[in-house]
Parts: sequence; C-alpha cells; structure tokens
Amino acid sequence: MHRFDLAIVGAGPAGMAAAREAAEAGLKVALVDEQPRAGGQIYRNVGQAAQTYGAQLGKEYLRGVPLVEGIDHEAITHFSGHSVWAIEKGQLALNSPDGARQIGARCVLLATGAIERPMPVPGWTLPGVMGAGAAQIMLKQSGLAVENAVLVGSGPLLHLVAVQLLRAGAPPVALVETRQRRDSRRALLMWRLMLRAGRYIQRSLADLNELRNAGVPRHMACADVALLGERRVDTVSFSSGGRRQELSCDAALLHHGVVPHVQASRAAGVPHIWSDKIQAHVPVCDSWGRTEVPRVWVAGDGAWIGGARAAELSGRIAGLAIAHDLGFVHSPERDRRTSGWIEERDFELSLRPLIEKAFPPYAAALAPADNVTVCRCEEISAGEVRQAVRDGATGINHVKVSTRAGMGRCQGRMCAAALARIVVRESDAKIDEIGTLNARPPIKPVTLGALAGMRREAEGSEDD
Amino acid sequence: MKPGLRLKSLTPDAPLVEVQFGGEALMLPEGDNLAAALLAAGIDGFRQTPYQGVARAPYCMMGICFDCLLEVDGVSQQSCMVQVRAGMDLRPARQRREGPYASL
Ligand SMILES: Cc1cc2nc3c(=O)[nH]c(=O)nc-3n(C[C@H](O)[C@H](O)[C@H](O)COP(=O)(O)OP(=O)(O)OC[C@H]3O[C@@H](n4cnc5c(N)ncnc54)[C@H](O)[C@@H]3O)c2cc1C
Ligand code: FES
Repeated sequence: MHRFDLAIVGAGPAGMAAAREAAEAGLKVALVDEQPRAGGQIYRNVGQAAQTYGAQLGKEYLRGVPLVEGIDHEAITHFSGHSVWAIEKGQLALNSPDGARQIGARCVLLATGAIERPMPVPGWTLPGVMGAGAAQIMLKQSGLAVENAVLVGSGPLLHLVAVQLLRAGAPPVALVETRQRRDSRRALLMWRLMLRAGRYIQRSLADLNELRNAGVPRHMACADVALLGERRVDTVSFSSGGRRQELSCDAALLHHGVVPHVQASRAAGVPHIWSDKIQAHVPVCDSWGRTEVPRVWVAGDGAWIGGARAAELSGRIAGLAIAHDLGFVHSPERDRRTSGWIEERDFELSLRPLIEKAFPPYAAALAPADNVTVCRCEEISAGEVRQAVRDGATGINHVKVSTRAGMGRCQGRMCAAALARIVVRESDAKIDEIGTLNARPPIKPVTLGALAGMRREAEGSEDD
Repeated sequence: MKPGLRLKSLTPDAPLVEVQFGGEALMLPEGDNLAAALLAAGIDGFRQTPYQGVARAPYCMMGICFDCLLEVDGVSQQSCMVQVRAGMDLRPARQRREGPYASL
C-alpha cells in the first residue's frame, strides 16, 4: 500500500491550493478526485477548455489555470478518476475504472466542495429538469450548451449560467427568479458591505446588463413554481405580480444556492451541526480546518460556503497548518505565512451575509407541498414524510425506516435537509435533537469484483 | 411529442465511436462524458424508478442524485461519472421492485 503524509480528497481550488502548499513544505501528497481532470466545480476541465471555449466561460474561470499548473509537482501524486468510498484511521479506499485500491496517509484533508441545494418543486423529477450547475458542468466538460431553457430560482450562479449559455449561443428563454422585492431591500440596507463587495457587485451587474441587452426576460418575485410535461418537461408555470404565467421550454434549470457536500466528512466520523444561515449541516472545525477527529481536516466549500476565492485560501491555510502539525514547519513560519491568507479569507467570508440576504433559497422548496417528491430515489413525497411524523416517527432515521425516504442509492444527499426541516416543523423538536442520516461506506459505488481485487492486492503486498 | 434536450455543441468535430443503447447502435464522441453524450443524442430515459416505473434523466451531472444510472456492460453505474468507450453495452437501469428486474 502507498503511504503519504497527506491525502487530499477533492481537486477543486481548496484541494489544489492545499496540495501545493503542503508539497512545498516537504510533504508527500496524494490528491484524489473522481473527475478525470483537476479543477473542481468552478474550474472544471479548465486545463482543456481554456483554449477552446474559455472566452464563453469568462475571466473568473480562467483563474483556475495557474492552480491546475501548481499541482504539477514532484511531491504530489494526482489520483484522477478515483472516487474515495471509505475513510478510516488514516486509510482511504479508492475506486477507479481500473479497480479498487487503498492508500495510507498520516493526515486526511476533505476538500469535497459543495453541491447545488436540491430544489423540490412540483415536476422536478421530470426528464429535462436539471440543476443550473449541472448545465454548467456540461458546458465546461463537454462543450454542450442547453438550448431553450428556463432558469428558475435564485443566486449569483443562476445569472452566471444564464450569461454563459447566452455567450455559447444558446440564449435562455427566460429567468424565473424567486427572490422577493424585500430581499433586495434587505440587501440594500447592508450598504457598508455592498461597498466592500464592489468587485462582486460590478461583475453581477455586468452579467445582468448582458442578459438585458440580449433581450433575455427576467421574471421577478415569482412564486408557485411548477414544472409541467407529460413524459418530459415542456412548460414552466409560476405566478408573478399576481398573474399566473406559463413559458414553454425544452429544459428547466433549477438553482437556489449551494450547500456543503458532507458525505465524506460524515463517513469519516466528523461531528456536524445545522447551520441556519446555510440551511444545511456543516462539519465542525476550527479556523485552520482541524476537525474533532484526529488527523482529519476540512477546507473549502465542503466546510463552509465561502466561494471559490475563500476555498482556495482555506486550502492554503489548511495545507500549511497540516505541515505544521506534522512537524514540517515551525509555528512562527506558519503564522507569518498564513496571516495574510487568513485576513483575506475572513474578508471574503464577511461578504457572504450579503449574498444570503439578496439571494435566499426559494421558500416553497424549503417546505415543499404534500404532493412534491422529496426523496427522488425512493419516490417519497413530502406528505408521506409528514404523515410518518404524525404517526409517531421521532428522529430522521425513524422517518427513514418507516417511509424509505433517504434509503436509496444517493444515501440522502438529495433529501436529508428537506427531511430534517419537515421533521422539525411537524414535531416541534429542535434540529439538533432529531439526528442525521448515517453515512456508511461505501459512500461511492464500488463493485464486489473491485473489492475482491483490492483484497488480493492487500494480501500480496509486502510493504504494508 | 417534443424531442429530448436540445444541446448546442461547441466542439462538433470530436471522433465518434459506436456503442449499443438498449440494443440499438449509437455514435458518441469518444472520451466524452457518457451522460452528456447520451443527452446530446436525444436519450432521456436513464433510470427507471422502483414504484412508478417512470424514466429519469441526469439531474446533477456530478455523481450526487443517481438519476443517470445505467447498466454499463452489465454493471449499474452513474453515467455522469463515466467516459464514452467504443463498444459499450448500455441499458437503462431498471429498478422495478417486482418483475424480472426486482433484484437490481
Ligand atoms: C455544480 C456547481 C457549479 C459551480 N460553479 C461555480 C462557478 O461557475 N463559479 C463560482 O464562483 N462558483 C461555482 N460553484 C461554487 C463552488 O462550490 C465554489 O466556487 C468552488 O468550486 C469551491 O471549491 P472547493 O475546492 O471547495 O470544491 P470543488 O471545486 O467543488 O471541488 C471538490 C472536488 O471534490 C471531488 N470529490 C468530492 N467527493 C469526492 C469523493 N468522495 N471522491 C473523490 N473526489 C471527490 C469533486 O469531484 C470535486 O472535483 C459551483 C458549485 C457547484 C456545485
Ligand atoms: S446525474 Fe446525478 S448522479 Fe449522475
């Protein structure tokens, strides 16, 4: 089995930056990511796509190029196309098309990033409905732009994806924005923050300008969103300004923010707490990224939603702090080198309340109507979950056994937060009292054949 | 009935290879993401759900939702996490709890 000083899960900005810092400090680093190429979500496939259609994706996207170049270092082994399906006591189990294997590490850094907040609305299980981020992934990764789409929801990423599709020659039908007028007013009250966030606001206004000039309609303060169609989505229906409206389309792209992807940190045994701000569970860690589980660290959007720049900085900070804990770097040097990064990261994080106020999640998707599917895997509706609570189910795992919600292949990634909110609302319990869905390995699919191969390799290896 | 997702390709000249989808031949760009390539080929029935038996299509494109599940050469896999190879034998993942596919 290969041994490393540090194994990093996730090659997004956080993981790449951490790998570079740790390698520079002298650590032997494994950087593992299930994607075939480094970059994470924001810089997905940037090494390839920068040349061909980087212009459509924008300047921010191209900032990923030096980060990707930075992991080309003799002390960094990049396991691309490898998913991590178990983490235990300094051992990581990996799976790839070539089979399963195990690596050992003195420290593990989980930099698994965010996922789009699931958006349960009527019709969201129909083919043709995807995340807006999912459409962006197809654009970055395959150069495919979704045509004739209605973008539904709220958040800066909704506008960004609309602009990227427009530039790719696939102008969206319209944006159906769920933020209410009071959300903008609340954001305006934070004018001090707005001054500090100048760079982001300018970019956001430029995006909106580009959409306006191209004649892409934006419907504001929308509610009662429903996605309609017989076998696939063909209509987005909503009310706005007291009027019911329908737009025909070939695709509906949903987005209302991102939440930490905590499957790996859960499986590693890291304690999590519910964040009202993020409306999801987040792993508990200190400001270096150290968790309560010895030698397990977290960084980036998987630890706390802070955006790409904050993710990169938190990766650098964790990388150097781990080097310090393993004895590669003295405290004064760690503190001297990280102080500027910490300051800038904290500045980035201080801007988040503005985004949270200006682009709150779509309220009706946080408390879905009874007939809306919440567990996509097992086809369980919000109503069935409510009924289970009324019938006496107390915690979230109780709901799981009585309804099967959260029992499917996705292990609750798509429904855990919705279940938690419903249980709390129906039962008057506090969110920290109802438990969380357990994450048990394998957290990523692995076949029995691959497992058998891994066992053979372990038995045959000498240097274990 | 409308066709599936409409996708505009910014890289139209990728070399194509033949795969089988539900027993029919399809030409897909070699090495491309399998879920995206199938969507571009007009496919939108990937996973069949266990109770209602309806078709699902990729939702997240990042390995979270499992709605892109296919049988790839007999093994159920998330097609958004797989690359196109020549000669792949692909079938929608049937998850009906009853009938011949109940074991999946
Ligand atoms: C779909 C999507 C699109 C986004 N697009 C943008 C954008 O265009 N601009 C922007 O500013 N922000 C975007 N974001 C927000 C994004 O979260 C951050 O800006 C940034 O990418 C966070 O960096 P990170 O390093 O924390 O994680 P990420 O960049 O998300 O990287 C995490 C990496 O971990 C890998 N991973 C996760 N679990 C495992 C596992 N078990 N085994 C192996 N590998 C694993 C993933 O493959 C991924 O590459 C997007 C988010 C999402 C979900
Ligand atoms: S599309 Fe969600 S797992 Fe593949």
